[in-house]
Amino acid sequence: MEFLSRLLTFLSDALVNIGAWFHGLLVGWGLGEPWLTLITGGIGALILAFFPLTVVVFMIWAYRKIAARMQGRLGPNSSGTWAGPYGILQTFADAIKMLVKEDVRPRGVDLVPYNLAPILVVFASMVLWAVVPFGPAVIGTDLSIGIFYVLAFSSAALIVFLMAGWSSNNKYAAVGAFRAVAQLIGYEIPQLLAVLAVVMVAGSLRMQDIVAQQDVAFLFQLPMTALIFFLASMAEINARPFELLEAESELVCGYFIEYGGMKFGMFYLAEFMNSTAVAAIFATLFLGGWRGPWVDQAPILGTVWFLLKMGLMIFLWMLIQITLPRLRIDQMLAFNWKFLVPLALANLCLVGLVNKGITEAFPGGVSAWTRAGLLLVANIVLFLATWAVVAAHERKAQQRRLAWEQAQVEGAEVSA
Amino acid sequence: MTLQHVLFLVFGAVALGAAIGMVTARRVFHAALWMLLSFFGVAGLYVLLEAPFFAAAQLFVYMGAIGILIIFAIMLTRGMMRQRLPRVNDQWWFAGLLAAVLLGVLAWLIWQGPWPVSAAAVPEGSLHRLGTVLVDPEGYALPFEVASVLLVMSLIGAVTIVRER
Repeated sequence: MEFLSRLLTFLSDALVNIGAWFHGLLVGWGLGEPWLTLITGGIGALILAFFPLTVVVFMIWAYRKIAARMQGRLGPNSSGTWAGPYGILQTFADAIKMLVKEDVRPRGVDLVPYNLAPILVVFASMVLWAVVPFGPAVIGTDLSIGIFYVLAFSSAALIVFLMAGWSSNNKYAAVGAFRAVAQLIGYEIPQLLAVLAVVMVAGSLRMQDIVAQQDVAFLFQLPMTALIFFLASMAEINARPFELLEAESELVCGYFIEYGGMKFGMFYLAEFMNSTAVAAIFATLFLGGWRGPWVDQAPILGTVWFLLKMGLMIFLWMLIQITLPRLRIDQMLAFNWKFLVPLALANLCLVGLVNKGITEAFPGGVSAWTRAGLLLVANIVLFLATWAVVAAHERKAQQRRLAWEQAQVEGAEVSA
Repeated sequence: MTLQHVLFLVFGAVALGAAIGMVTARRVFHAALWMLLSFFGVAGLYVLLEAPFFAAAQLFVYMGAIGILIIFAIMLTRGMMRQRLPRVNDQWWFAGLLAAVLLGVLAWLIWQGPWPVSAAAVPEGSLHRLGTVLVDPEGYALPFEVASVLLVMSLIGAVTIVRER
């Protein structure tokens, strides 16, 4: 019995306890300071770097299975050869295939940027995991700039697309890189403004503080912000309907057209890793991260809740990705600049005013539920206002269309 | 020599080496990439100074925004994509003179000033203080607002220039 209770105590906070045990082991070996930090930090970084890779392997499999089921096709289990139960080994087979493929290099590429781009693109999506809180005490490093670190790295990563597109010595690749950067820079703005609204309400950039502030998950306090962030990050991770970076059937893959074998695989991998990272960040910012029932008693449950929330977001992303067709680039940019950016600005002003107003109106402090309720009301007002504006605009466009058609008909009659 | 010294040397070498690479590159695109690497080295120095906000801002603004802008400008300029350009043009002596004067002034300044160094740790909550000071009327609210107005003006100017008439 005693053993069982001790086991349960250990398991209730397993990740932290394993870390503490390992730390104790190293100290027991007589390791002193710089080395201790280096070794534990290095192992932590390795685990964090391999975590998204592991998730991605199963995510690709799940994506193919779900997509096949939803689109009425047979999934990877029917590729002709046996690939494990439900085709689960297919992804490994694909990875091995990519690794052993011939490294085709087109003539006239700019070697260093050409080879560096696939490495950097994976690097840029790996480093994001350093600040993702997996549990109350399970986080790579709880930086004071937390979410800003994520935004900074995803913004700096845009260079990689230009490197890949330019160094490939291919017109389609260069144009694809322009298109990619135009899309990603554009959608970064509403994403940033949405994050800013969250940061204003949470009062901190630190990821654990943002989680701690969510007595009511920010999804219910700031639904419009969540919607803006979700739409903008769909475009950032290049998911349909915003899938214009790749668009292999119409736009010949864009910036990575000249890459083959594992170099192509790296871009593919980075895309899936980015989607997991965005799911994790959405779960942290809007769904309360690791918060959930019984986390106080057993902190390991926090990690479970977090992974469940992340999985839910990934599933939602897949549903949209599988069912929707692509937009055209001009429609996409117009949607961003004429709808999402103004909406994000209005949302930011509203959230800032309401949040500050609540703080000023109740000098003695206010319960989380009151604040959440008032913010929710403000969000509903914003939603209705947006709806009214869009509807009015649509009516006008409809009238213009009718008038134009009328004019066409009359013109035809005159000429007849 | 502590770990911090080693990292300082590494990041400093990256920043300086990349700067040299930038001015000696024969392709404009390579020069831009070298410049970005140099920015990255400077961001590393900020991290060593325990100023993570500045490091992230360096990545965000210099690499993410200015770098992209410069590369766009290079790519949209005809004939700059492929050809190798000479490293110097006929104004090299004037640029060299200016650079030498700047180096002299900076070296003199560094030589002159007493540089007080405190062994105390960086205070907690420096990010919070930065935010407060930026919007405090007693602090830097005015320069902050002036910068904002400048940015809005350039935004409106850009829209006006590209608007269809």
